[in-house]
Amino acid sequence: MRVSIIGAGMIPVGEHWSKGIRELASEAGAIALKDAGMTKVDALYIGNAYGATFNQQTQLGSLIAGDMNLNGIEAYTCEAGDASGGIALRCGCLAIASGVVDSALVIGVEKATDIVGAARISARSISLDADFESVNGGTLTAMAGLLMRRYMVEHGLELSLFEGFSLNAHRNGVLNPFAMYRNPLRQGAFAKAPMVADPVSLFDSAPGGDGAAAVILVSSDVAADLVPKPVFISGSSVVTDHLMLQDREQLLTLNAVRQSAKQALEQSQLTIDDIDLMELHDAYTILTALTFEAMGLSKPGEGWMWAQDGGSQIGLDGVMPISTFGGLKSRGHPSGATGIYQAVEALWQLRDEAGANQVPDARAALIQSTGGLGSTVATHILRVFPN
Amino acid sequence: MTLWPAMDKSSHTFSRQHDGALGIRGTVYSFTLVQEPPAGFEGQSPYILALVELDKGGLITAQLTDMDAAPEIGERVEMVTRKLTTDGSRGMIVYGYKFRPLIRQDTPAKSASE
Repeated sequence: MRVSIIGAGMIPVGEHWSKGIRELASEAGAIALKDAGMTKVDALYIGNAYGATFNQQTQLGSLIAGDMNLNGIEAYTCEAGDASGGIALRCGCLAIASGVVDSALVIGVEKATDIVGAARISARSISLDADFESVNGGTLTAMAGLLMRRYMVEHGLELSLFEGFSLNAHRNGVLNPFAMYRNPLRQGAFAKAPMVADPVSLFDSAPGGDGAAAVILVSSDVAADLVPKPVFISGSSVVTDHLMLQDREQLLTLNAVRQSAKQALEQSQLTIDDIDLMELHDAYTILTALTFEAMGLSKPGEGWMWAQDGGSQIGLDGVMPISTFGGLKSRGHPSGATGIYQAVEALWQLRDEAGANQVPDARAALIQSTGGLGSTVATHILRVFPN
Repeated sequence: MTLWPAMDKSSHTFSRQHDGALGIRGTVYSFTLVQEPPAGFEGQSPYILALVELDKGGLITAQLTDMDAAPEIGERVEMVTRKLTTDGSRGMIVYGYKFRPLIRQDTPAKSASE
């Protein structure tokens, strides 16, 4: 794949009560265009998960293109629940790699604060299986609770063992001016936090919120002529698994994570050991633990060990840094936008522009955006140098 | 006997044939207490959502009901028909299945009296 990112931008994740979805998207898109030194693109891909239920708004492509003075270009939404950002990046990559599109603006945007409380929860639950999960009162957090309890019982684990994932996320979020939550988490608080769907607690689940992030894609063949530090996308893979948990081959094995990461790495001619940092879909600590296992970085039942010692192995100077800007847990999780936040963060790492969040000598980053509890997984590999 | 829609993988069609809800038994595989309910389920909150491993094979997602004590993984349960939620402003009741603790071990699995 010969696709490069030549521009990027984001707005802070938070509760933007006074801005609508179109303002959020346009702001982020404008920052990315300016970063690339461009005013026009051939195509616009929007990553958005819940515009229909949160905002009563679809056709975001037309809406945002019009607002951004890009009227007339090819533009539409790419959706796969909370993986929508990663899917939009995939759409942009395919378009550029095909040669049909020369320049693409990819914007991930979510405006959650148009809806609150139980209504927001059911508005998000549409990305579960309607006939078998949400009909029974299932929610994303409830399904995560089912995974976590089974995992803990099968392997004899207690709750505090997962704390390091959240501690690490918040330590990095403190340093990130775009993060929704910039407070450190006190050691010991995790296991005492109020339950949402036990054993998943308030300090375990990523906060929803509003946000928008954007990248500009062009062919790698022209990228170096346009900007001094283009970043290469050397691998791109989207894999699905059964949407409903009950149909998974093995409940605690995230097959789509495994396949998607494997394919993206193979395309990049890299192994997981070559990866300097990962932006994973850490919506819940159980997903992080299971993702480490699916990627072959832990044996089944041992993924939680990456959280040991307060998360020192996954810190910015650790063996495998994750959530380097706070991750979903602390930077925040504006559903459809998250995958593009990950792309911008990885790009800043690779450009050596991550400031206080910098991972030393970052040359290859893996970003992974997930829908549901591993039902759609988009993995991209970003590198400083092409293959 | 099948209860829920079955996928015919050869033709990739999804059949909704089912012939009876009761007499199905299983074991609690996992459970969680839902304390932040979605719209339509606020009145029931908190409720127990579970994955039940069916005697006939496979897992199914369902609420647990009629619980006297906290559930346990491995607990024996049986399927019953229950109200799930109320749909829309007209209050149309949506019925579905839940699981309750297996009460009568000695009755046959498919009992006409239930």
